[in-house]
Amino acid sequence: MKKTAILTVIAFCFFAYNAYAASDAFKDNIYNPGQLKPVDSVLKVKVGQKAPDFILKAVSGETVSLKDYRGKKNVVISFVPAAWTPVCSDQWPGYNIISDIFENNDAVLLGITVDSIPTLFSWTNQMGKLWFEVLSDFWPHGKVAAKFGVLRSDGVAERALFIIDKKGIIRYIDVHNINQRPPLEDLVRELERLK
Amino acid sequence: MGRKISGLITVILALFIATAISAAENSPPKVGSPLPNIELPMLNNPADLQYLGLPAGGKSFKVNQIKAKVVIIQIYSMYCPYCQAEAPNVNRLYAAIENSPALKDKIKIIGIGAGNTQFEVGTYKKKYTVALPLVPDDDFKIHKIMGEVRTPYFIAVKLSDSGRTEVIYSRLGALENIDLFLAQLVKLSGLK
Repeated sequence: MKKTAILTVIAFCFFAYNAYAASDAFKDNIYNPGQLKPVDSVLKVKVGQKAPDFILKAVSGETVSLKDYRGKKNVVISFVPAAWTPVCSDQWPGYNIISDIFENNDAVLLGITVDSIPTLFSWTNQMGKLWFEVLSDFWPHGKVAAKFGVLRSDGVAERALFIIDKKGIIRYIDVHNINQRPPLEDLVRELERLK
Repeated sequence: MGRKISGLITVILALFIATAISAAENSPPKVGSPLPNIELPMLNNPADLQYLGLPAGGKSFKVNQIKAKVVIIQIYSMYCPYCQAEAPNVNRLYAAIENSPALKDKIKIIGIGAGNTQFEVGTYKKKYTVALPLVPDDDFKIHKIMGEVRTPYFIAVKLSDSGRTEVIYSRLGALENIDLFLAQLVKLSGLK
């Protein structure tokens, strides 16, 4: 009977819906990796700790250092797994229309993936003009993601959000189920708590 | 042994039903067919309720409860760049209908935010000053029934007095020319 229950659960999981709404902006260019293990890494940082510093190149041509925001801005880091994948392609375009929410909370957004700059350039071009920096953690591969403990065993990053305050202290971590988009209200609520 | 066999039958049956359901639900609404049976979360804004002619209260409503001859359904997402770009055009469509004495009470529009929470729907509404009612579909339940269409996707449904629904328009992509679209809808629905 136990076996039956297990088999039924497996059968159900097999058909579980991998939900995402692809924007027509990406046409048929989105690769669907299917349902993935929700989280596949172990965090190396904790809320209350100082965030590890990093310097990464951005698609804009800038070089961005986390330290540069110290004493000036709160920083939201949005790691997403990979360019041209379903949920990721539907996450940053949403952040792109809420620059006012970030501004009102004295925060900047840094988007990071482990893709190369040319890939990120092509992919983010489909999203329209982004107001935030998109950083490439391509080489050494996933070094920054690994520092935070959000590099998965297959070399892509988790879908993770970090809020770092003006003192450089991590105030919020959401290593989200990679298959789902984090609800916007959770991020906004945590940003407003910084005040 | 009997238990084993009945267990196996249960699993096969579960697989069969799941396959049948996903096959049935995976195509977008077809022109000429009834609208799939969707339950929309009840709106709580009095202006939205008045616009759609719905009574207050209750947890959900169906499209054929809307007081209109034709209902345009936009499936969108606040996370979709094309939907964002299309938002002003949909606002113009809404205004064109509301400013037309001939169409005002006959055509209504609603938006369904695929995978969007109530907060995300509200964020989009505020950002683009959207006047038409928007409902969340945070668990993609409606999106799945509607064939997991890409966004934006527009469906127009003709409602009969008996509550029957008939899809008269079902297409992916921006509306482009709203005057032509409206003229097409009037023709397809037989509205005068």
